[in-house]
Amino acid sequence: MPKTSSKSKPKTNPAREFVFGDLWEFDPAPETADPKVKKKYNLFIGGAFVAPHSGKYFATINPATEAKIADIALADASDVDAACKAAQKAFTTVWSKMPGKERGKYLYRIARLLQDHAREFAVAETMDGGKPIKESRDFDVPMAAAHFFYHAGWADKLEFLAPGRQLAPHGVVGQVIPWNFPLLMLAWKIAPALAAGNCVVLKPAETTSITALKFGEICQEAGLPNGVVNIVSGAGETGAAVINHPLTSKVAFTGSTEVGKIIMRSLAGTEKKMTMELGGKAANIIFDDAPLDQAVEGIVNGIFFNQGHVCCAGSRLLVQESIADEVLAKLKRRIATLRVGDPLDKNTDLGAINSAEQLAKITDLVKSGVEEGAEKHDNGCKLPAKGFFFRPTIFANVSMSHRIAREEIFGPVLSILTFRTLEEAVEKANNTAYGLSAGVWTDKGSRILKMSTLLKAGVVWANTYNKFDPTSPFGGYKESGFGREGGKQGLLDYLKAL
Amino acid sequence: MPAVKAPANLRRLFDEIGTVDYVGIEERVAKYTTRSIKKKSKVFGLRLAVSMVDLTTLEGKDTPGKVASLCQKALCPHDQGDIPQTAAVCVYPAMVKHAKKHVGGTQVKIASVATAFPSGQAPLKTRLAEVHAAVNDGADEIDMVINRGAFLSGEFGLMQDEIAAVVEACGEATLKVILEVSELETYDNIRAASFLAMRVIRPNDFIKTSTGKTSSNATLGNNQVMLEAIRDHFLATGVPIAMKPAGGIRTAKQALQFLIAVKETLGDEWLNNRRYRFGASALLNDLVRQLEKERTGAYQAPWNFSEATEGY
Repeated sequence: MPKTSSKSKPKTNPAREFVFGDLWEFDPAPETADPKVKKKYNLFIGGAFVAPHSGKYFATINPATEAKIADIALADASDVDAACKAAQKAFTTVWSKMPGKERGKYLYRIARLLQDHAREFAVAETMDGGKPIKESRDFDVPMAAAHFFYHAGWADKLEFLAPGRQLAPHGVVGQVIPWNFPLLMLAWKIAPALAAGNCVVLKPAETTSITALKFGEICQEAGLPNGVVNIVSGAGETGAAVINHPLTSKVAFTGSTEVGKIIMRSLAGTEKKMTMELGGKAANIIFDDAPLDQAVEGIVNGIFFNQGHVCCAGSRLLVQESIADEVLAKLKRRIATLRVGDPLDKNTDLGAINSAEQLAKITDLVKSGVEEGAEKHDNGCKLPAKGFFFRPTIFANVSMSHRIAREEIFGPVLSILTFRTLEEAVEKANNTAYGLSAGVWTDKGSRILKMSTLLKAGVVWANTYNKFDPTSPFGGYKESGFGREGGKQGLLDYLKAL
Repeated sequence: MPAVKAPANLRRLFDEIGTVDYVGIEERVAKYTTRSIKKKSKVFGLRLAVSMVDLTTLEGKDTPGKVASLCQKALCPHDQGDIPQTAAVCVYPAMVKHAKKHVGGTQVKIASVATAFPSGQAPLKTRLAEVHAAVNDGADEIDMVINRGAFLSGEFGLMQDEIAAVVEACGEATLKVILEVSELETYDNIRAASFLAMRVIRPNDFIKTSTGKTSSNATLGNNQVMLEAIRDHFLATGVPIAMKPAGGIRTAKQALQFLIAVKETLGDEWLNNRRYRFGASALLNDLVRQLEKERTGAYQAPWNFSEATEGY
């Protein structure tokens, strides 16, 4: 990064800084809706909650307090087998025979019930996963409902999806989802699968099973035929059992690239169809003509949304060298006002890191960043004594060879690199094993179009970041996976051509 | 500057100060509205807002009697609960001498709109004479309107010269420069006009959104654009400029959202009535109503607090 440049302002006098102090401190504003969480959750198989075959349960904790919330049933291979058989039975006897219009009605009903229970789901999601209540309330839950609404509309229009081709559902679909957006990822998986006429066996992430199991209650309330949706909670072995079960003819996975590779190896040579939505190390590229304050807002939204537990997080910031100092100064000022703390507080911007394990991983990568010579800035805010928390952190002077520029951190840590020309920006952005998403910030429309074709990323956002819509396909290039979720393209992945 | 065409002139300014993205600003300010201010922090915010109000009456039918009751309201917004006085009363120049009788010598300042408010369409000489008259009658603060015609036709020099002339005419009085944002139409223009004004006014003079006489007035969006302009100007020059949104802020909830914008954009040093004001009339009663609710734990009967400023 240059010390001075033609565009950046002269070095600011420290006396000209702003005071973001405690003159007007906000009182706690906790969301108090009852999450209606049970002490103990069984497996949702064949339309009923059943105890696991082994009788084993594991605890799920609140990452903000480290207190236990509930016991969750641990499904073993025989439970998964029962779930797959229930799904197969539902598929052959009811779901595959039901007209699309009728399937659509169930999806609409589920969507409306999610809206009815929105506050309850938001609080449960925040307690179990650690994300700020304003995000689960304003993003996760409404977006999950939106996915059901969108796909409900498709259920009776599948013949228009690929004109001239005969399409049919796969049958039983095995789905494994991550802990960063537990309910939303469930909706991304289940809504298109059901709309297309499949039945589902879904395994939620080990640390965030509650909203998935609560979703089982929604299925019951909606009167969904037994066995159409089955939810088996557990850890890696449970997921492996779902994926490798002979009855699951399609597998959809969202999670780490590492696990994705294991799944693909285990499925090599089988007839199973796969879609994979894996990791990312997205480049957020800021050109010198971008409206900087709004770009800074987009950067903050891109990396600190959901504590950076986002596969498409804009974790690599590529800034044109001439504005690098100014962007860093603006970012430092902006993160000074970010509030880290109790996820249930309506004013919290960054909640808790999902697990002790993830916190250790972030801490380790940040340490490597410091050791490798990058310049670390965080907002220095006070962190709660208990729970897993991490300050919003920015690394300046990062180069492409640093670990923090190459590895997915999956936490609130931004690495800033600089570039001089468009070509260099593209080269650096594409120089990664991943290719899930990217952002471009510029006032020049033609440059946006050019960048969007040059960047090898499934999603390219222009002058915004982390925008999602059920109608828009989402998915990656290279080690970020294959297949799409959302939109027509995502729905097609749940159907086979006859 | 007749040699330079308006668009080129404006573009040159944007090269220097940067532009604003409409979508991004709207997204930023939407976050202020999700902040939840409770209990003690709410009381602090409400009291702060009361102390920042420029209690305003700007009507053709204003009379000395109306101004007198407005002044009483400013001095004592409510008979119970130790509620602070407002920052100022804001009246037409002809009413300054009447206001002086009631608030002269108190902490409540007298602000007066001058310079052919609200249109500004009068000869400069006339506008300056109006400023002199208001100051001579005892106005502590002058709210002027910029020459929007000059701005929109690219005659930035003319616009700035006129502001500079008003600065001079103000003498000791604080100046508030009204950009009339609804007539500038774009966030880019609001940013540009803010910079042009800030470069010729004194430390702790104000830039102000609107006259309150057009269809759209202060919004969180244009407030944010102006706060960011103030921030960038301060960083570049060290000169602190104050801010006054005016018009359209009617509820306590809105006022708190504007104050959150100040807290998160300019920080603690702008959270006082020397650096931030609300140009409002109906707002005061809603602030007092909410404060009474916090004090007593219950909302007062609706007839205790009039929605209309005629009730002051």
